[in-house]
Order: sequence, then structure tokens, then C-alpha cells
Amino acid sequence: MQIDLKRFQETFFEEAAEHLSTMESGLLHLEESASDPEFLNTIFRSAHSIKGAAGSFGFTEIARLTHVLENVLDKLRSNLLAPSADLTQLLLRASDRLREVVDATRRGEPGAVPIDDILPELEAVLHGTQPAEAAIVATAVLAGAPHGELVYDVVFEPEREFFRQGQDLFLLLREIGELGEIVSSSCQRGALPALDDIDPELCYLSWRIKVRTARAAHEIRDIFMFVEGACRLEVNAESIVTAPGAPVTPTIEAAGRIERRASPDRRMESTSIRVSTEKVDGLINLVGELVISQAMVNQAVSTLAMTPALEEALMVVQRSTRELQEQVMAIRMLPIGTVFNRFPRLVHDLTVKLGKRARLEIEGAETELDKSVIEQLGDPLTHLIRNSIDHGVEDPEQRAAAGKPEEGVITLRAYHEGGTVVIEVGDDGKGLDRERIRQKAVSQGLVREDQVLSDDEINSMIFAAGFSTASVVSDVSGRGVGMDVVKRNVESLNGAISVQSTPGKGSRIRIRLPLTLAILDGLSVQLGRDIFIVPLLSIRQSVRPEKDDVKTVLGGRGEVFVLRGEQLPLVRLSRLFGVGGAVEDPQQGIVVVTENDGHRFGVLVDDVLGQLQVVVKSIEKNYRKIESVMGATILGDGRVAFIIDVAELHRIATRRRVPDEDVRTSEAAASAAAQEEVA
Amino acid sequence: MNEIKSQDARTDGAEGSQQFLTFTLGGEEYGVEILRVQEIKGFSAVTPIPNAPDYVKGVMNLRGTVVPVFDLRLKFGMERKDYDRFTVIVVVNVGARVVGLIVDSVSDVLDVEHDAIETSPDLGASVDTSILQGIARNNDRLITLLDIDRVVGESRTTLEVAA
Repeated sequence: MQIDLKRFQETFFEEAAEHLSTMESGLLHLEESASDPEFLNTIFRSAHSIKGAAGSFGFTEIARLTHVLENVLDKLRSNLLAPSADLTQLLLRASDRLREVVDATRRGEPGAVPIDDILPELEAVLHGTQPAEAAIVATAVLAGAPHGELVYDVVFEPEREFFRQGQDLFLLLREIGELGEIVSSSCQRGALPALDDIDPELCYLSWRIKVRTARAAHEIRDIFMFVEGACRLEVNAESIVTAPGAPVTPTIEAAGRIERRASPDRRMESTSIRVSTEKVDGLINLVGELVISQAMVNQAVSTLAMTPALEEALMVVQRSTRELQEQVMAIRMLPIGTVFNRFPRLVHDLTVKLGKRARLEIEGAETELDKSVIEQLGDPLTHLIRNSIDHGVEDPEQRAAAGKPEEGVITLRAYHEGGTVVIEVGDDGKGLDRERIRQKAVSQGLVREDQVLSDDEINSMIFAAGFSTASVVSDVSGRGVGMDVVKRNVESLNGAISVQSTPGKGSRIRIRLPLTLAILDGLSVQLGRDIFIVPLLSIRQSVRPEKDDVKTVLGGRGEVFVLRGEQLPLVRLSRLFGVGGAVEDPQQGIVVVTENDGHRFGVLVDDVLGQLQVVVKSIEKNYRKIESVMGATILGDGRVAFIIDVAELHRIATRRRVPDEDVRTSEAAASAAAQEEVA
Repeated sequence: MNEIKSQDARTDGAEGSQQFLTFTLGGEEYGVEILRVQEIKGFSAVTPIPNAPDYVKGVMNLRGTVVPVFDLRLKFGMERKDYDRFTVIVVVNVGARVVGLIVDSVSDVLDVEHDAIETSPDLGASVDTSILQGIARNNDRLITLLDIDRVVGESRTTLEVAA
């Protein structure tokens, strides 16, 4: 049978790169953290994983290097080797070299990077340390004569939830078999409930296996390294084997039994597959094309005389295409739990560091969101949780004095609402100190002393740039670059952020996000011969201006649009973008009133064409970022149209109203470009 | 200096020949390595990019991907020419990027012996020869071989400067 190894190899290289990064960042902290066994285990596991996989692909160079590296790490782990700056350097060099070897192998030149110079250095560390050597021998003697064989009694009791982690029992058991000869193996079925009560997703079985091998006990333990947390494991050396001809129980039968038992779960495992995002994106692209072609067909047919049959057929195609698109988009959806999962650790570490007590409650971890959105949520959420612990939750004493339980509660919730996902980060801490926020805002010149502000308005001050209320700049947060960055992150995901707070009861930050970045509801607008898309989310209304609605300011350099007595800055998109042939007289055009960051402004366009759902395409992929444009899409007729970045448009439009040399030159360049285009 | 360069070219050339797609720009003949060419398209309308340099004609839809299109004439500071039925967009791969290049017309695919590629002569300080891979002589034709990474890569930096 021909198996396409390439695919698996690609996965290996990707994983190897991840493991290498883990290793590297671990090695950087080797000296201070070497006493933490879990820390060394992480590095060790990375090396071990690379070695194992490299071996099975026959990448001998990688396997050789990782093998020695792993041995050194193992010695560190068993305290047979002391961490030192020199050793760290050597290990870092080795991991760099390993990366080079992996890269070379990926390019198909496995021999291109020599390892023969670094191997002896590592070996020297392994063998050069005399006391360590003695210790190794001692353990070896404990475990049996170096060349003799031992019978180990391995008791392996997986937890009930074992399969939920995607673990494969059969592989583990078979690996034991590969270490030596199975003397006996028995499967304990005592815990197996009656057939009606069996939950097929749980593991009710445990094993007791006797294996005869020359290997050391830790090598048997290493097999179970990745399931450590999910099972009880005992490995005991029983006796030294004297006669090689000891009776061997039929291992094949045992293995067969195991396999039969394991098979239902194996099938469950195969219900999910690992696919490269590239493939999924390719599919999404293709379906996007299909949606466009379908729109083109509709457009083309609309000029013909329709028969009921044709109309019906078109409807069906449209519906199926839409469904197909939704289904395909769903492939990219991941449960938000993938990002939530890292926070319990964060909360734990922070509370310890700050001498506070708090626990994290997570709700709605199964809520699904587009992978690219999830990937960008990690940082803002981390920041919000830090803030909650640092500024929200009080010290245990203060809490007790306020009649609250000493342990604070941080809540992290996600749920669907309409076509959006809402994520809330809440705490039961002291809430926002509105008086202090107000003072700070006044001192920073954000508001006037006498200005009357609602609670919500004061609360939302925390999102203003450079705003921070922590009176003591702590190590954890409160450096002044906080909530404004979070807000920007959320907005770059086309989301919105708000805060609710009750003094003494706590605060809650609400983030509302679109399900996906790939599709956007937009309004198509005409500008000269071009069509642009404005995201619907930021549009408040569209108005055709009356005679006196548009007024110039600053001697014609700026314009305002008067909407029911309110003066809004007006942006002429045609001037900003240098589009020729656009409407000059505002009364001939339409003002699209948009809102960004609570500020409303008008955008003058020639005409509003209609509302549509567009597939967002990257421009940066092949070109570069275009100012005030967040992406492109392909219209029903196959043309490319740009999607306006309202936030950036607002920033630039308000900046450009201030006249200076720069503006004039770039505007001149823009209009020159426009004239060329017309020519 | 020049001598050393041409010697280098000769040692490279020992490996054999390279294929180039040749095209014309204002009566001059140019070539790009055929392996970099993804496809050749007739000229079709592009969507102009706001505030882009003049040689960046816009973006086109290449089967669902948004691809920028550069006018090589304008890029090289030549005279503007109306697009006609011979005008062709050569779609090339530059690293992971896909870029369209507008040229007057495509000629043919040429096998060029490495020996026949000469390092571009020093054309004086006003001419940037770094975008040239060399000059090939084929019978009485003189073909300027472009280093496409530099042509497009360099344009990217100019763009960034302009931005």
C-alpha cells in the first residue's frame, strides 16, 4: 500500500518547530527553574517527541541529535547534572543546530547541516561528569545488571475520562511490547458496568502487564509520559531473569483482545481529522468564488424572460450555495475553550504573586468562533484577567472587612447573541472608582472640570488612550497601556467593547465579536466609476444633504455636515482616495453617517447601491496595506472592490483637517494619480 | 570589479541553460525566468488603488485572489502607452506573493545558455542595474534579463517609503 508520507512529514516538521520553540523558551529559563521537575519535563517531552517522530520517519540525523540532547536533559531531570550557564549555552546551541537540521531535512537535504561537531560536546557533558556517572551506574544496578534482563510489573489504570483526551490505549500497550517480551498481560474488567449502563466514551478497564526487558524502569515510564495526568501507573522491577527460556504467554492473543476493546474508541477518534488551514482556506476561497459566480449568474439571468422552472432552479442554487458557504465557514470554527484553557494557570500564578485569593469560573467554553478571531483573543483576554485580579479583586483582608468571601471570583463567559459572540470578563471585586477616573480624566484634559458625565461615560474613560488609574504602578498591570490596547485589539476584530461596574460589587467587561472575519455585511457605495464597501456595523444612516447641510470651515479646508443640529465632520471619500469623476456637489450625493469609537462623522459618496454580504480578501497577501482600507472583496461582476476601514478613515480624516505641508503634497499626489487614471 | 563579476557569471554558467519568457517594452526586449511565471493573461480592467504610485495600476481578481498589477513601462520610467489587444499581464510569483506585470506583448520562450548571459555593463550611476540578472545575446537579439525579486521587491520598498 502506498502511503503519502509527505503529508505526515509536513505535520512532523510543523510539530517539530513547535517543540523546538517550547524547548528554546524553556532552556532560556533553565538555570532559575531547573529545580521545578515539571519545567524540565516540558523541555524533555519536546525533545522526546521530536526524537520519536524523527525515528519513525527515518530522519536519522534529527533522531541522533535529539537522542543525545534528551539524555542530557534526562540527567538534568534526575539531578545527575547541575544546570550552569555553560550548559545552558551548549543546550541552546544544540537546539539551534537541531532547528537547522530540521530545516535542512524539510528542504530535502538531511545531510546538509553537520552534527558531528556538537555531538561530542554533548557526549562529553554526559560522560565527563564523574559523580553523575557513578549515580547512573547505581540506578542501573538497582534496576538490574546492565546486561541482564528484568521482569517489570506494570500496572496501568487509565482514568475514566482517558479517551476524552484523544489518547490511544492500544498504542501505549503496544509500545510496552516493543520494549521487550510480554510475560503476561491481564485486563481488569471489574469496573465494567452492565451493558445498559456503559458510557462508550469512558474507560472502565485497567491492565497489569509483566514485561521482560533490559531497559530501565524510567524508559517504561516514558511511554506513559503524555498520559501521566490521566492514569495511575506503577512500574516495579520483579526479579532478575536467569533462564532465557521462560514461558511466554501468548502475547498476540492479548494484544488482539486489547485491539478489539480499543476499536470503538479508535473509531471515535477518527471522527475528527487534522487538516492544514491552508486547505481549509483554499476551500473557503473556492466557495467564495462559487458564491460570486452564483451572483453573476443571477445578475446575467435577470435580464432574460424568466420561466417558473428557471426561477425555481436559481432559487435552489442560491440556497444551496449559501448553505455550502455556511458549512464551509463552520470548518474554521473552534470552541473558544482553546483560548480559555490557558487562564486558570494565569489566575493561579497571579493570585500567588499578588497575595490575593481568586478562582476562575469558565462558562460557555464550547462557544464556537472563527479560528483567526480566537487566535487574536489571547492577548486582550489575558490583559483583562490581569486587570481583574490586579485592580478588581481586593486583598483577602479587605474582602473580609467588606463582608465578602475571602476568595474572589473571576468569571469568563462566552455565549452567542444574535449573529455575534459575546465574551464577558467579570469579577466580584471593588468595581471601578468613578471619582478617581473622573479626576484622572480631568487631569489628563480628557474632560472639563465642570462637565456632567453619566456613569457609563465615566466608565468608558478607561478605554481612552494612555489612561490608567492604578495609583501604584504594579508589576502586573497598570502601566498605562492597558485598556486602550485591548479596545484596539477588539476593534481590529470588528468587535465592540463596553464595561459595566457597580461600586463594591465588581465590574464586567463585555466584548462583542462577529463570528468570523471572513464575511462581512456591507453597504456598497458608488464613487466615480468605482465601488467601495462600507461595513454595515459602523453605519448609522444615509442621508441626501439639503442645500445648507454642508458647510465649510477653516477657509474651505474642512467641511461639516449638519445633521439635525449636530455638526459632524464630513469626509469626501473621492478626495481622500483620489477618485476621479465623483460627485462634487454634496446635494447630488449621499452622506453615509458612520460611527467610530463613539464619534460620528459623515462620508460623502456618489450613491448608495445596496446592502450585501461580502467575503473579505486580503490585499496585504500580495501587495501591502492600503490606508483606510481593511481589505478587498470580489463583486458579482468579478471586479475587485475595496472595503473601507472606518476607524482608520476617521483617524485620517480628522488628522487631515489640520492643514500642513504633508497633507497638501499627498493630496496633490492623490489628485495627480486620479488624473492619470482618467487619462 | 567588472572582470571579477563576469568571471562569476561564467562559473555559474557551467551548469547549463535557463529558460526565459521574453516580452517587449517600448521596442526593447526583456526576459524573466520561466519558472517564476505563473500564467499570462490578456489585459482586463483593474480596480485602481487609492493613492498608489503611478506604476501600480490597481488590483485584479485572479480566481478569487486579489493580485496587484504593475505597469512595467511606468515602473522603468518609460513613456506611457495605451493598452491594446497585444497588452499582456504576466503573472509572476515573487516569494509567496503573486503579482501581475503589464507588458507591451510577449514574444517567446527562450533557452539561454548560462555562458551567453553577460553581467550587465556598468551603465553609469543613473541606471540601477541591480534589478538586472544580466544581458543575454541570442543571434542578433539583445535581451535584458530581469531579476524579478528585485524588480517587485524593490517596488515594495519604494511603496513603503511612499506610504
